[in-house]
Amino acid sequence: MSEALNFHFDVDGDDFTSAGQASVQIKKNLRQLGISPDTIRRVSIAMYEGEINMVIHAGGGEADVSVTEDYVEILLTDHGPGIANIEQAMQEGFSTAPDAIRSLGFGAGMGLPNMKRYSDYMNIDSEVGKGTTITMRVNL
Amino acid sequence: MTVTELSHAEGFEAVNLSEGDREITGVYIGDLLSWVMGKATSGDSWITIMSNINILAVASLTDCACVILAEGVTLEDDVKTAAQSKGINVISSQLSAYEIALRLNTMINNE
Repeated sequence: MSEALNFHFDVDGDDFTSAGQASVQIKKNLRQLGISPDTIRRVSIAMYEGEINMVIHAGGGEADVSVTEDYVEILLTDHGPGIANIEQAMQEGFSTAPDAIRSLGFGAGMGLPNMKRYSDYMNIDSEVGKGTTITMRVNL
Repeated sequence: MTVTELSHAEGFEAVNLSEGDREITGVYIGDLLSWVMGKATSGDSWITIMSNINILAVASLTDCACVILAEGVTLEDDVKTAAQSKGINVISSQLSAYEIALRLNTMINNE
């Protein structure tokens, strides 16, 4: 594989029930590429958490996945409110999710920590009032 | 033990068996979906009282053998239809999560 394979998804911010479709699709795509089950699991879980975050907090966004020879890169871009304190947001159990979201089983403050746990590299670029871009890589 | 075998056991009922021949190798109990995503492993039977459509994505991504709805929780028709189309095994039980786990422990270890 000399060139990266790229997949693009629009994450709909209005439809919480369909959140996760991009991650499930990526799981299928990576399986077709013959990537190991453990790597697929890490990529799809990290991406799902990111997708859910964009739906809960940012009114949706975009997800771009590139598969290179060395790693799978997930780029999540939104134009939501941004993250005021990234260090605090990275703590397990910290959440600003509303009660309605918590009643669905989300908002446990595990999203960003799970994304960090399942990726080999993660960078958060966020500006309050402008949006957030998260880059994650899972090595192959 | 396969998911179909579990669905035939006393106290359990099949809701959807798309891949009933999947082997159950472990058990995970939890209702916080992100927590489950971080901890459940492939082949687990995941016991929960959550029934919203997002459980299907979590079950798919963690590669659980099946979802077990505890305490008589049921699925709305649209969620059941989605489980069928996504190929997610779902079993229901009137038992509590604790009682289900005890039975699973006996059934898995007696094989």
